[in-house]
Amino acid sequence: MRIRTKRDPQSYTFPGYGTEAFPSLLLRGAGDLDNWKIQAYEGRHEGYQALRKALASAPAEVTEEVKRSGLRGRGGAGFPTGLKWTFMPKDTEEKKVTRYVVCNADEGEPGTFKDRAILEYNPHQLIEGMIIAGWAMQCRMGFIYVRGEFKWLVDKLDAAIQEAREQGYLGKNILGSGWDFDLLTYRGAGAYICGEETALLNSLEGRRGEPRVKPPFPAQVGAYGQPTTVNNVETFACVPPILRMGGAAFAGIGSPNNSGTRIFGISGHVKRPGLYELPMGTPLRFLVEELAGGTSSGRPIKAICPGGSSAPFLTAEDLDTPMDFDAMKAKGTMAGSGGVVVMDDSVCMVQVALRLAHFYAHESCGQCTPCREGCNWMEMILHRIEHGQGRMEDLDLLASLTPRINLRTLCPLGDAAAGPIESILKKWRPEFEHHVKTGHCLAQESHLLVGAH
Amino acid sequence: MNHPLPPETAEHPLAPGQRLAEVERRELSPEALAEIRALAQRYPQRMAATLPALYVAQRDFGFLSLGAMKAVARALELPEGHVFGVATFYTMFRKAPVGKYHMQVCTNLSCALRGAAQVVKKLAERTGAVPGGGPTADGLWSIEEVECLASCGSGPCVQVNHGVYDEFLDEAALEQVLEACRKGEVPAWGEE
Ligand SMILES: Cc1cc2nc3c(=O)[nH]c(=O)nc-3n(C[C@H](O)[C@H](O)[C@H](O)COP(=O)(O)O)c2cc1C
Ligand code: FES
Repeated sequence: MRIRTKRDPQSYTFPGYGTEAFPSLLLRGAGDLDNWKIQAYEGRHEGYQALRKALASAPAEVTEEVKRSGLRGRGGAGFPTGLKWTFMPKDTEEKKVTRYVVCNADEGEPGTFKDRAILEYNPHQLIEGMIIAGWAMQCRMGFIYVRGEFKWLVDKLDAAIQEAREQGYLGKNILGSGWDFDLLTYRGAGAYICGEETALLNSLEGRRGEPRVKPPFPAQVGAYGQPTTVNNVETFACVPPILRMGGAAFAGIGSPNNSGTRIFGISGHVKRPGLYELPMGTPLRFLVEELAGGTSSGRPIKAICPGGSSAPFLTAEDLDTPMDFDAMKAKGTMAGSGGVVVMDDSVCMVQVALRLAHFYAHESCGQCTPCREGCNWMEMILHRIEHGQGRMEDLDLLASLTPRINLRTLCPLGDAAAGPIESILKKWRPEFEHHVKTGHCLAQESHLLVGAH
Repeated sequence: MNHPLPPETAEHPLAPGQRLAEVERRELSPEALAEIRALAQRYPQRMAATLPALYVAQRDFGFLSLGAMKAVARALELPEGHVFGVATFYTMFRKAPVGKYHMQVCTNLSCALRGAAQVVKKLAERTGAVPGGGPTADGLWSIEEVECLASCGSGPCVQVNHGVYDEFLDEAALEQVLEACRKGEVPAWGEE
């Protein structure tokens, strides 16, 4: 087993973090290499108190509390978590159902690095959240699907799960409730698409990570053919604080309809990149300018990707947008995974578009035609523009391509690929034209691509 | 520059026309076989052991040759076609040998903005390995560009084999990583 022993170079805090204005619910103790252990979680962070509370109430009441909190999924789509839990079929007189709960720890969206911090420093909070979810939906078992690259975190989770078992929080007759539940980790093997929940389920069953046609939805036919609920790591980690403070108090944090705190990751051309836990609805400007210190070069901001690489791009004019699901949607983009990428004016947007197109073309599972062909075509067209062989018609071709992918694919990977490319082409079209006319970047010091692209 | 089409890179699971590599060896070691048999009991369905079993076989064989995949199929009593299909879907299952230190550099957006392309170039210079091009003649190094490693705020980053990432790679940090590998302080490929 290998647990991280190297010093973590990243910072997880800021002045004021942990005060009433900036509650620390998810990143408490992050950066401290011993914080993952059960003694730290129980001793310093009220660990497993929420589980005791949950087991003392009826499963349906726990779901009610989560509904009251207004928690929305942190995996990207912002679907109300409590509502999702109610979709699970219940036992009837004639039939007992085997239900599963699954944690999505595939974290593959470029620009996103928040779940990793929870797995590294607060794995017990995730475990506690999953046990509570398991109780609320009366599940037989839970699976944590972790991306393959996080091998040391799978080892750490296994160790933490063992600690929880030894304390009687997992296994048979948990804390005398008469209810049995256990957790199992599963390691992926390098495929972004396995973050999509039905692809994840296929992968969890030992198959190729190809998304399934919906319906049936996972709540009907999920893992191993059984009703299953999939939630993100951060979503589960929000559950213990909700039960401890009460759903209403959690709903009081953040902006209307977007409750609680969220871990925002900021990366790219900023002075202090890192993870910052903030109430939902905090303006983008606060994160970019106050916390991250603005651009590292001091140059003006050119582009911002506000919620992982699948979110359409914003410009410096949009800095006052609140970072929540609804406000970002109103701006034509999405809060997505909470990963904010900032680019200063030294970047060439054609290179940015090409790098993203390359990613989606590479990660498309190949099952459905609009995504497989469309992503490849986007990459090819952008490739020839970047390499000085583009034609003016290519710009219209590219613009006509994205709507033919968007909303026409089997899973949302196609939409995720089309959105950012479409927004970049629309907002920075003169750069593309310059490329076609002269064969060179308008921003001449942009070196984003390794020779091969 | 003349690049009408993006070149096929070794990252692709299996490039068109590429054949699966074949080696003499056909059987799993007794330890690996026992490990896979145990995995077959661990999940609600036997098929779920496919990915974990392929990791075991990869460690045992060094990479997933055709023989290694067939051995996994036999051990799990699953169709060979299923095992090939899974092995070729995922990039972390290696269908060809890699170096003793397989350097995986994220070149996705956030890391690219912080100099990932230069890290790849520097690594290639210092090790002599060609990015995406298989191991060096002495078998020590290989370099691969990979997609986002969830280390965007601390990029550019490199993952050596299956270890904990090295982050904020400036020139000095990169030298330290290479030095640690040369001194044998980093577990070699297959030893994790
Ligand atoms: C291409 C693609 C990749 C995704 N990757 C992830 C991921 O890495 N992690 C994640 O939690 N959700 C990811 N999702 C979203 C999941 O499908 C799913 O909506 C989410 O796990 C639900 O959890 P939540 O309700 O807690 O947000 C992805 C979706 C798509 C279409
Ligand atoms: S972009 Fe490099 S780790 Fe995410």
